[in-house]
Amino acid sequence: IACFVMYLFAEFDDAANLLAANPDATTISIDEPVEIPKNQHSRLQEPGREEDDELLGTDDSDKTELLAGQKKSAPFWTFDYYQTFFDVDTYQVLDRIKGSVFPVPGKNFVRLYIRSNPDLYGPFWICATLVFTIAVSGNLSNFFIHLGKPTYRYVPEFRKVSIAATTIYAYAWLVPLALWGFLMWRNSKVMNIVSYSFLEIVCVYGYSLFIYIPTAILWIIPQRVVRWVLVVFSLCLSGSVLVMTFWPAVRDDNRRIAVATVATILLLHALLAVGCLAYFFDAPELDIPAPIIPAHNSTSKVVLEQ
Amino acid sequence: FPGLADVSISQDIPVEGEITVPVGSQSPDDDYSTLDEPVKDTIMRDLKAVGKKFVHVMYPRKSSALLRDWDLWGPLVLCVSLALMLQGGSADSKDDGGPQFAEVFVIIWFGAVVITLNSKLLGGTISFFQSLCVLGYCVMPLTVAMLVCRLVLLAGAGTASFIVRLIVVGAMFAWSTLASTAFLADSQPPNRKALVVYPIFLFYFVISWMILTFTPQ
Repeated sequence: IACFVMYLFAEFDDAANLLAANPDATTISIDEPVEIPKNQHSRLQEPGREEDDELLGTDDSDKTELLAGQKKSAPFWTFDYYQTFFDVDTYQVLDRIKGSVFPVPGKNFVRLYIRSNPDLYGPFWICATLVFTIAVSGNLSNFFIHLGKPTYRYVPEFRKVSIAATTIYAYAWLVPLALWGFLMWRNSKVMNIVSYSFLEIVCVYGYSLFIYIPTAILWIIPQRVVRWVLVVFSLCLSGSVLVMTFWPAVRDDNRRIAVATVATILLLHALLAVGCLAYFFDAPELDIPAPIIPAHNSTSKVVLEQ
Repeated sequence: FPGLADVSISQDIPVEGEITVPVGSQSPDDDYSTLDEPVKDTIMRDLKAVGKKFVHVMYPRKSSALLRDWDLWGPLVLCVSLALMLQGGSADSKDDGGPQFAEVFVIIWFGAVVITLNSKLLGGTISFFQSLCVLGYCVMPLTVAMLVCRLVLLAGAGTASFIVRLIVVGAMFAWSTLASTAFLADSQPPNRKALVVYPIFLFYFVISWMILTFTPQ
């Protein structure tokens, strides 16, 4: 029993040393009960938020990768394995959403908010909300644009929901997959300091799509200028989150490849926004108010009568 | 074994006796076995259970009986009737119309499964089928709303009818969400309640949207 107690004290000492050396890290010992990592997460959020402008930590990523590997210790066919991806509280999800909408220049979204606890809740439900928001807003916008025309009959356009779902979920999962594969490949050639796990990339992409939800609602306004201003604005915000996340991961590489990677990321993001705007929202037509051009009105009346 | 040296057992003594296990409780059969009851009793028992759950949804009170004895008959009936009522009767138009029968079915059941998985993954203690049962039964106010909408649309399809439909669907949507939240919220960890309630809100919002935008041909 004395040996066991001494062993436990040794464990505590190690944990204390690790925490003192790097307040960033989360120490998890395998034989402790599961509740302790959660407490450590919530306790370590506070120093993490005040942690300032390091975009990357040289020893941070190693420990992060190691600990990320340690956490998912259940085999992948058990339910507990997937529960580790939903280990977030309400305030954490809200914080991550806030971080994606108000990107602070110089702070890396993954380092600051995800911190080796990537979750699948945010990406999945943000994508689901975005799908339905785009479909409903597109439907409403078309209704308001064509309202009043005698030949217009309202249709709910339910097909577009499946198209929206396919597009957005494919974007939110396949692009991170491709990006992760690309980064792994470059990592094998050039020793990058920062590398992300697949789930962290999915997380960043998922949360960066959040800004499109209010944008889609505002796209109901049938003004071309307003819509394009919104596109540019939301693209800047979510694009900057992505750029600030992925620039440290590629900047040690060949200059051209780094710039090309970041440009591709931004281009795909822009393509998604513009594509959704073009497909789901009809172009607002320029309406010529009848009283202003009476001559035009009378001639059109003559044409109709014929 | 010295003491047994003089014991001899004859080879031809037959072994006989009675091999019966005394029955402990002489309880009558129909306390535990429902095999012999008339079919009407069986059906009425299930119907009464379903009816009791409908009443629970109409007046949501925290009741553990509803959660314990789950059944999926009610959700099936509600889902099928809702999907049938959402058919506009326009079999010839291949254009973007309302949702097809299969689409409504898939949305309701797949949506309920996803929400249940979500709440279990977040650490909820409710069982899979209990959650499906609650989510399915809470579609009932929206089915009533659909019925009212179809009746209102029979009278006319102008702005007034739209406003009436909007109010009815909005009220039933709020009722559904509140009813299902009342049943499901207790089984969630306290700091994740909002994370579990939001998908339920989205689910009923989508169903309400389908009901509100229903336009007969």
